[in-house]
Amino acid sequence: MSEQLIIFILAAFIGYFVVRGVTPALYSPLMSVSNAISGIVVLGAIGMTGFAENIFVMVCGLIAVFLASVNMFGGFAVSVRMLEMFKSKRKKQ
Amino acid sequence: MNELISLPSAILFILSIRGLNSPRSARFGNLLGIIGMILAIAAVFVFIPFPRLPVIISAMAAGGIIGIISGQKVRMTALPQMIAAFNGLGGLAAVFLAAGETIAGGTGYFTSSIGLVIGALAFSGSMVAFAKLQGILPGRALLFPFQHVLNLLLATVVLILFAGFVFYREEWMFWYLTAASLLLGLLLVLPVGGADMPVVISVLNACSGWAAAGIGFMLGQTLLVITGAIVGAGGMILALVMTKAMNSSLWQILLGGAAKNAKSAAPGRETGNARSGSPEDAAFIMENAQSVIIVPGYGMAAARAQHALKEMSVLLRQKYRVRVRFAIHPVAGRMPGHMNVLLAEADIPYEEIFEMDEINRDFAETDVAYVIGANDITNPLAETDPSSPIYGMPVLNVSAAKTVFFVKRSLASGYSGIDNPLFYRENTVMLYGDAKEVTEAVVRELEK
Repeated sequence: MSEQLIIFILAAFIGYFVVRGVTPALYSPLMSVSNAISGIVVLGAIGMTGFAENIFVMVCGLIAVFLASVNMFGGFAVSVRMLEMFKSKRKKQ
Repeated sequence: MNELISLPSAILFILSIRGLNSPRSARFGNLLGIIGMILAIAAVFVFIPFPRLPVIISAMAAGGIIGIISGQKVRMTALPQMIAAFNGLGGLAAVFLAAGETIAGGTGYFTSSIGLVIGALAFSGSMVAFAKLQGILPGRALLFPFQHVLNLLLATVVLILFAGFVFYREEWMFWYLTAASLLLGLLLVLPVGGADMPVVISVLNACSGWAAAGIGFMLGQTLLVITGAIVGAGGMILALVMTKAMNSSLWQILLGGAAKNAKSAAPGRETGNARSGSPEDAAFIMENAQSVIIVPGYGMAAARAQHALKEMSVLLRQKYRVRVRFAIHPVAGRMPGHMNVLLAEADIPYEEIFEMDEINRDFAETDVAYVIGANDITNPLAETDPSSPIYGMPVLNVSAAKTVFFVKRSLASGYSGIDNPLFYRENTVMLYGDAKEVTEAVVRELEK
């Protein structure tokens, strides 16, 4: 637990500095990318479903797998679409 | 060993955000993020008992199809509510995981409660934000009596139940805690008005990250902790950037978004006649200008005038050799960076688009400012009138331009309910009408 707390705080620092460097023009893609990677809870959900010894727990896990997948796939889909728009003009210019 | 597998994914996630430093590296960054996610999921699948795999994969596929289809179909003006909805679902996933852990008799009472409370706040708050942005609920601030007292009371109840569950470990407390947190998220976001949405969406984004971190603590999964921390920190930075651009604070928006509206200044303080012009006038002045700065606001996007605007800028540049630039206020739009995406969608090169700090000095040397669907973000009262509700908010200095065109439906005040003295100035010309129709009329004139 304390080890993970250290990891958490250090990761928050990394997050702070990395996000600080993001150009304001890409704040919307930043939100959808971070949205997508916060879908990482799907790992926990997969684990819970896989090792559940009780049907209720398994259902909870499965619902979480489903919800986190919407979040994750959707977030990446929106990011890809947005970043595609930002790309297209360099060629024309 | 399991921990080591998460390292490459964590690094790839960091690089994926790092890629957003510039539009050039952004797409590659996004690809790295996707690879990181695939690695992480593949590494977990290895440990899952085989008979359970089909059902897990079907749930993922179902969610994935819904996510990808809605991500493909969403209009860019509706992007904020889509992000809000995704955030909310991520929060709800955290709630179900905390519930599952509790049913299974897990011992991480403290950590599961953190994931639960933040996830529930993110879920119900996002649903309200979604409903407001989608127009299901009215976008203005919704007020009810004893709002602050009620919220404070509810927050206290959440804290007590939290402590109660951690110390007494009664399962019923967990369910009450869930209900109270859901209600609190609802009540916190209801009073927030449309123009404060960029802040709220950022905070909800941060919450979905922290909920993931909380679940990571609960399950002892380092990758969730790391990713959640990064997303949480990122969301908070965005929220702070947005509040700074509105000269507001998080507290003011989450607690007192209401109070700000109530004390809006009496209208009509600035008397005088606004001069109105025709699209022909605008076209004539702009084609003879050397430099034009276009200032788009959310009204432009709502009227879907981006493409007309793009045509206008191309005509001015190529036919009349006018220098055309776009100036974007940090809170233009309904989420951070929203206006940039809307202009990018219309194929306007990002080299022509400037943030407020980069371009604000240039208004003094520009011939025409073409303000379309924006109001408060250009209001000089923010700099001169300490009694104004928006006093202190940085604004685009359009009044320094030689001629200012305001494309607007009427003289009505902006979201904050205050009059804009710019309308009545000598060098301001109002172009009344729908943002798209007016701009299209200007384009027709320019084509002649």
